Amino acid sequence: MEWETVIGLEIHAQLKTRSKIFSGASTAYGAEPNTQACTVDLGLPGVLPVLNKEVVRMATKFGLAIGAEVARKSVFARKNYFYPDLPKGYQISQFELPVVKAGTLTITLDDGETKVIGVTRAHLEEDAGKSLHEDFHGMTGIDLNRAGTPLLEIVSEPDMRSAREAVAYMRKIHSLVQYLDICDGNMQEGSFRCDANVSVRPKGQEAFGTRTEIKNINSFRFVERAINYEVQRQIDLIEDGGEVVQETRLYDPDRNETRSMRSKEEANDYRYFPDPDLLPLVIEPEFIEQVKKEMPELPDEKKARFESEHGLSSYDANVLIASRATADYFEAVVAELGGEAKLVANWMNGELAARLNRDAIEIEQAPVSADAFAGLLRRIVDNTISGKIAKEVFDAMWNGEGSADEIIDSRGLKQITDSGAIEAIIDNVIANNPSQVEQYRGGQAKLLGYFVGQVMKATQGKANPAQVNQILKQKLDS
Amino acid sequence: MTALHQYSLAALSRGLAAGDFSSVELAQHFLDRIAAHDKRLNSFITVTAEQALAAAEAADARRAAGDAGPLTGIPLAQKDIFNTRGVRTSCGSRMLDNYIAPYDACVIENFDASGAVMLGKTNMDEFAMGSSNETSWYGPAKNPWDVERVPGGSSGGSAAAVAARLAPGATGTDTGGSIRQPAALCGITGLKPTYGRVSRWGMIAFASSLDQAGPMAPSAEDCALLLQAMAGFDERDSTCMEQPVDDYVGALEQGIEGLRIGLPKEYFAEGLDDAVEARIREALKVYESLGAELVEISLPNSHLSAPAYYVVAPAECSSNLSRFDGVRFGHRCENPKDLEDMYCRSRGEGFGDEVKRRILVGTYALSAGYYDAYYLKAQQIRRLISNDFTEAFAEVDVIMGPTTPTPAFRLGEKADDPISMYLSDIYTIAVNLAGLPGMSVPAGQVDGLPVGLHIVGNYWSEARLLNVAHCLQMETDWHQQIPEAFK
Repeated sequence: MEWETVIGLEIHAQLKTRSKIFSGASTAYGAEPNTQACTVDLGLPGVLPVLNKEVVRMATKFGLAIGAEVARKSVFARKNYFYPDLPKGYQISQFELPVVKAGTLTITLDDGETKVIGVTRAHLEEDAGKSLHEDFHGMTGIDLNRAGTPLLEIVSEPDMRSAREAVAYMRKIHSLVQYLDICDGNMQEGSFRCDANVSVRPKGQEAFGTRTEIKNINSFRFVERAINYEVQRQIDLIEDGGEVVQETRLYDPDRNETRSMRSKEEANDYRYFPDPDLLPLVIEPEFIEQVKKEMPELPDEKKARFESEHGLSSYDANVLIASRATADYFEAVVAELGGEAKLVANWMNGELAARLNRDAIEIEQAPVSADAFAGLLRRIVDNTISGKIAKEVFDAMWNGEGSADEIIDSRGLKQITDSGAIEAIIDNVIANNPSQVEQYRGGQAKLLGYFVGQVMKATQGKANPAQVNQILKQKLDS
Repeated sequence: MTALHQYSLAALSRGLAAGDFSSVELAQHFLDRIAAHDKRLNSFITVTAEQALAAAEAADARRAAGDAGPLTGIPLAQKDIFNTRGVRTSCGSRMLDNYIAPYDACVIENFDASGAVMLGKTNMDEFAMGSSNETSWYGPAKNPWDVERVPGGSSGGSAAAVAARLAPGATGTDTGGSIRQPAALCGITGLKPTYGRVSRWGMIAFASSLDQAGPMAPSAEDCALLLQAMAGFDERDSTCMEQPVDDYVGALEQGIEGLRIGLPKEYFAEGLDDAVEARIREALKVYESLGAELVEISLPNSHLSAPAYYVVAPAECSSNLSRFDGVRFGHRCENPKDLEDMYCRSRGEGFGDEVKRRILVGTYALSAGYYDAYYLKAQQIRRLISNDFTEAFAEVDVIMGPTTPTPAFRLGEKADDPISMYLSDIYTIAVNLAGLPGMSVPAGQVDGLPVGLHIVGNYWSEARLLNVAHCLQMETDWHQQIPEAFK
């Protein structure tokens, strides 16, 4: 039987506010355990939450970015359950009335096709603390630094039909929240993570199959693998005459498998009810208008502009807008060079991307700044070096050996463009290869490459290739 | 000669200002009384004698520096529901018997700023859940008018301490009547302000949408002085309103000629003790003699108050009390064998029966499949009850009736009958559901036991309520009565 996969994602984006969603404690990552938890975060008797206004601005930005209605009135609710790293015994979240209502997002797939994915809602909530099971023998340590960190939970419609679509959607949201400057997108630190709801159904069937929820996946690669594993598990189960059980599962990247965490029967009854300590969140239209004015250029708009303004192909533009940092890098280099967008795009999507990928770093961590990169490309444009030499220079720059000009100087890589000097070398090559000259003049035109090679060899690759070609032809053909 | 404790709080304030005695003398006098009499009353859980004397010294210094306000050097008893830095804050529960608060409640900060002196922390029903003080882990406080009887609850310790003049004033909190009912049963004046008038920061939550702190003292004038310090906006409490604070003392002397007093027929009906009703009618006659007009009104949804209250309050408490899990503070059981065992035994041992009962009821009311039928329905009823009051206040200025259906009952009399116990708050809970201000004012006695007149006003009308209560107290001396054994 042919199966169809149905996927919906719940993405948790940590909002990059300086203080927590309901307290004044810092949200900085990596502090000593429990040093960034104040009386409110600790859930001491008698403390009360006060909403951080900045999270409202951030949620509003997100709502506007996905074309959703920002709710004029939304309500914070308590989600009640016991867990040692949940200090109050409830999480303040939003339930019936979320701050962001339905919107949409267009994703681009590998084949260039686009698909519209529905976003059901996005709501604000506080994060829990962390349980440290490894560090204390026979005991569990509780670190409440993360407790009260603001999260935007973005819930999609079950619109995705493959793990690749799910990853494309997740990447798009990841890019969007960074464009909006509302989340740092750091997946290692858990600032951006997702739960995947996965089910399968026979192709053509309308009713959804029973779904499972894979919790807390924190990389694009793992999302793809976890979903693919889970889909296969469900299909195998059904084809073997079994049934998928509605449950929460955990992905283990080391074994590349998902494991059952708890079944529907074991699931908590969260007893949601409006938090009586917080008034309903009312967002005035004036506030939304003000946020609209602060909206940055969004990825889709930027892509269109890169195509029209810089004449880039849809493919190049799409790669460059994938992250705001990449797009900013591109624009900085082009501005520095005063044009040459195509050259910049080629180098960024080729050489730069390859090195980032090899070193597994983000463009923000690249050892070559946009300015320095422009310095390199400028020397290609003005014929100081050839593209081939430029790659060698780029490697040296990447290793921290200095600017493009310094490296060109110190290594003596400056291209020979003095036509007199090139002519002299060519004359020498012609004089030393009489039989090849005879064959060339006898009609073997492809021997031109041989002469170019000899000239380049004699100049250690520094002769300007265009000039060499031109002068050689001139001399041999005359 | 009149002993210091026989003066009202306001009179003591004037005495301090006149230099008739010092704050230290005053604090020592009340500390001595607590030491001498509280064994019989059990009105304090913790007495902070050392801190009190230090604070009194500071108050005297402040006065010497010319920086004293009306409460500077006034000794007060604080309900043990308010967090007090460095002092055990038990909330009447075994759960918090070992909990030393690391911060001060806003109410405590406000009193500190005014220079008031804390004598100690008063007894209360566990987590403010009770109407008799019998649910306290520390044993019940007793009624000074008859120590075989309850002082009411949950602010029973504060009411008993003030009635016996172990403190000239105290704080209480009121979720369903917890200031007004004990004030009535102990023969003192108590005010529950409009919801949002006093910050709830640092006040241990029972039912967040109903809880409100207020003053308890012999007279309305005393309460005016205390409320002046307690009221005001606090950005740490999102439900605290940015509403200007009136001059409560300044408004006391206003006339009440033409005041329209609404008498809900539902409050003068079955279940009301005849003798209690007689005292209330006598007080109303005083008002008539002052030029007020009595108008019979109806609050048609009154009968729904108790059912709605006993869904909303337990629902909120079931969630509010989840933080008492043995993980970070409070009682943790010995040698838990796993996490669930730690939760079950810590909470099982830490909470008393009434608290457990309400957590169970509230958990049930919020459960999937029951939420709409109980919690949501109760919230709708709240709206109806508020509307009743809104309509009533279109016709009358204040509403009056009895605070409680009977005078103080005997210890143990209702301890095993929660429904009967819940009915002792029958007249007060509607006010919390609507978020209105309400007062109880001494209005006579029945067989030597005090009776309270309940006065309810429109939102933010505390100044008017205190004024109306003060007018009665200018004509009567019920608020000046001190039980024989504690004179």
